[in-house]
Amino acid sequence: MNNLFFLIPIALFLGGIGLAGFLWALGSGQYEDLDGAAERILIDEEASAARPSLPRGQEAE
Amino acid sequence: MSCCAPGAEAALEFCLPLQASPSDEEIVLASRTLGEGFMQTDLAVPGIHCAACIHAIEKALLKLPDVRRARVNLSTRRVSVTWREGRVPPLIQTLNRLGYEAHLFEIVAGRKDEALGRLIRAVAVAGFAAGNIMLLSVSVWAGADGATRDLFHWISALLAVPALAYSGAIFYRSAWRALRHGRTNMDVPISIGLALAFGLSLYETATHGAEAYFDASVSLLFFLLVGRTLDHAMREKARSAVSNLRNLSPRGATVIAADGSREFRPLSEVMPGTRVIVSAGERIPVDGSVVEGSSEVDCALVTGESTPRPSTVGDGVQAGTLNLTGPLVILATASPDGSFLAETARLMERAEEGRPRYRLIADRAAALYAPLVHSAAFLTFVGWLWIAGDWHYALQTAIAVLIITCPCALGLAVPMVQVMAARRLFEKGILMKDGSALERLAEIDTVVLDKTGTATTGELHLLHAEHVDPALLATASLLAAYSSHPYSRAILRAAPRVDSGSPGIASIKEVSGCGMEGTAGDGAVYRLGRPSWALPDERHGSSEPHLVLARNGRMLAGFRFDDAARPDAREAVERLKAAGLAVEILSGDHPEPVRRIADTIGATRWRAGQLPADKVRRLSGLANAGRKALMVGDGLNDAPALAAAHVSMAPATAADIGRNAADFVFMRESLLAVPQAFETAVRARTLVWENLAFAASYNVVAVPLAVMGHVTPLLAAIAMSLSSLAVVANALRLGHARQNPISAGVGRARRSGFGKALGQT
Repeated sequence: MNNLFFLIPIALFLGGIGLAGFLWALGSGQYEDLDGAAERILIDEEASAARPSLPRGQEAE
Repeated sequence: MSCCAPGAEAALEFCLPLQASPSDEEIVLASRTLGEGFMQTDLAVPGIHCAACIHAIEKALLKLPDVRRARVNLSTRRVSVTWREGRVPPLIQTLNRLGYEAHLFEIVAGRKDEALGRLIRAVAVAGFAAGNIMLLSVSVWAGADGATRDLFHWISALLAVPALAYSGAIFYRSAWRALRHGRTNMDVPISIGLALAFGLSLYETATHGAEAYFDASVSLLFFLLVGRTLDHAMREKARSAVSNLRNLSPRGATVIAADGSREFRPLSEVMPGTRVIVSAGERIPVDGSVVEGSSEVDCALVTGESTPRPSTVGDGVQAGTLNLTGPLVILATASPDGSFLAETARLMERAEEGRPRYRLIADRAAALYAPLVHSAAFLTFVGWLWIAGDWHYALQTAIAVLIITCPCALGLAVPMVQVMAARRLFEKGILMKDGSALERLAEIDTVVLDKTGTATTGELHLLHAEHVDPALLATASLLAAYSSHPYSRAILRAAPRVDSGSPGIASIKEVSGCGMEGTAGDGAVYRLGRPSWALPDERHGSSEPHLVLARNGRMLAGFRFDDAARPDAREAVERLKAAGLAVEILSGDHPEPVRRIADTIGATRWRAGQLPADKVRRLSGLANAGRKALMVGDGLNDAPALAAAHVSMAPATAADIGRNAADFVFMRESLLAVPQAFETAVRARTLVWENLAFAASYNVVAVPLAVMGHVTPLLAAIAMSLSSLAVVANALRLGHARQNPISAGVGRARRSGFGKALGQT
């Protein structure tokens, strides 16, 4: 019985953090372009300047 | 940029659709001031479809001076650019150079999708509460009792309060709105069930009772909200795709002031008597008469005529038509409010008022279901009070009846089917704007098609091309290559690619309103244009060709044009007829071309020379005869008919006003979209009825148990979750039904194909 007094608040607190995190992410616009977020990871910003590779697009062909 | 610039291939072809970039003033007008000297412009770029596109576009735009921020949104295919006020950066030109078609997208201040955000937050809160309460309930079912059980119940109550208050408010509000108007909908029994279950459980908890229904009520709420959120997100996606389409009516006009200076003004400031300049390739902003210049105007969207109409000084022109060849100065004869466009909008409003309000199947079911359930619960209460005499037990049983019959399956079943149907249609390039449209589409027995731009592609093509001497056609195409007139583009499409033996023609120029002129090496003057201009010395009859090729005023060849039927139009009509539907054509064009198209595609009936009001009259005539008609149309002249029809559909190339009025918008060339949408609608209706039948049979089993008082919270939780899952699973079958090979293709191919379809519009 006693450990319930610790465990339940801990469980609710952790769940609450998750909920708060989700609501924050929603509010800050992170769900507005899900398709874009998936594709943007493929863009390597600095690499093209640092290393003399083919321009983008030609590589992808 | 070779992999991912769908526009680039089109740009290489000769027949790029006529597109005038909006002027700087128009960009400023469509932008929003952010303060601190910055403006934000939103552009719709339908061709974006991969990471390389995002990178290329953002890099190119950021390189422009004065651009501070450029952000691509791949989901909505839009680019939002922030730039320093002052000089407008060449945004659209930059995108065009990269090979992307782009057009302005109006930013309505502060308009974000509030409703969707609210729904997602409600789902999150309900999900959090449902998960935690369910955990606590499991331990209660497992045998926790005494103080522990009370503690768990109290914590559950604490978790349920915010979920029911915040997430449940969506249902209470909708239920209240319905009740206030003397109707019931699905949300009324849901709200009553939720409130009573919570009230009873709270009472049980306070009196150390064993049975609390917090878990059942909150997880019910969670399931229902998931269905509603998916439904909303789907419709929002369709709506944003529709609003991405090019805006056809101009936002402003270049007016000539009394002192001769020119200024770009918003449309609302253009009054009768104002002189307006319309350059070639622009849409005419107001009704007026031509006072200077001569040109030809394309009236296809406005009147349904497929061939361009010549306009010179003194001729009247209508708002929304496209000025093709030369600049015109127009004296406005009506304010924008009095123009043909505004007249159409009024006609539409009247047509819409005349249409009976459609009630969703789900709401019709709820109207039967709610009184039945509520009286069953009431009878249970009275019955147990009479038998056992224990009002507490009687009330508890009655509420158990309400909870077990809470129309979870009903509330989830219908939206889930609609979400799946909308997804299927989306894959086929058809956007559905609203769930009731799907149900209305399944009921139709007549299909009414417009001709120009609907049954046909709206693009002219050369008639009898095989009878024209290829060498002459090649000569004509040399001249036509320098013009963007629809006739010239049709000649280019028909001309052989390799020209041999045609005379070299130099110094080619376009004479606005007349045609093309050039001089050959031997000094001969070639003209390609209107017969009266190219053949000045000849008499002109009524049966003359639309366009002639002449050498020194002597005719070499004559060309006639007509609108080509859409690819697959015949097959589409056959499929509709096979499904038992009548197909007819209503057009504003002359009888001759209408009859030809009707014969080509196999329509049962046709009517030509129809004014917008005639079309509305025909549709209300059909409705009065008890017929349910689907109207498919694209023009301004179709818009009132679209509003009057039982359900309506428009191609993506339609006029804005028609596209907004239509229930469905199809993005691809093929008219097969019509039978496809109809078949999906019929299939969706079957699934909806199956789900409703399932919900009814579930109640037949569950209600007697509940009335007898055998329903425990554990049984309630299991029964409700299972029935929800069952209807969702049934709805999902729509997604896997008879996939045709095209839509079953790999995701990537499908997406880029859709992007292309958008790009072509």
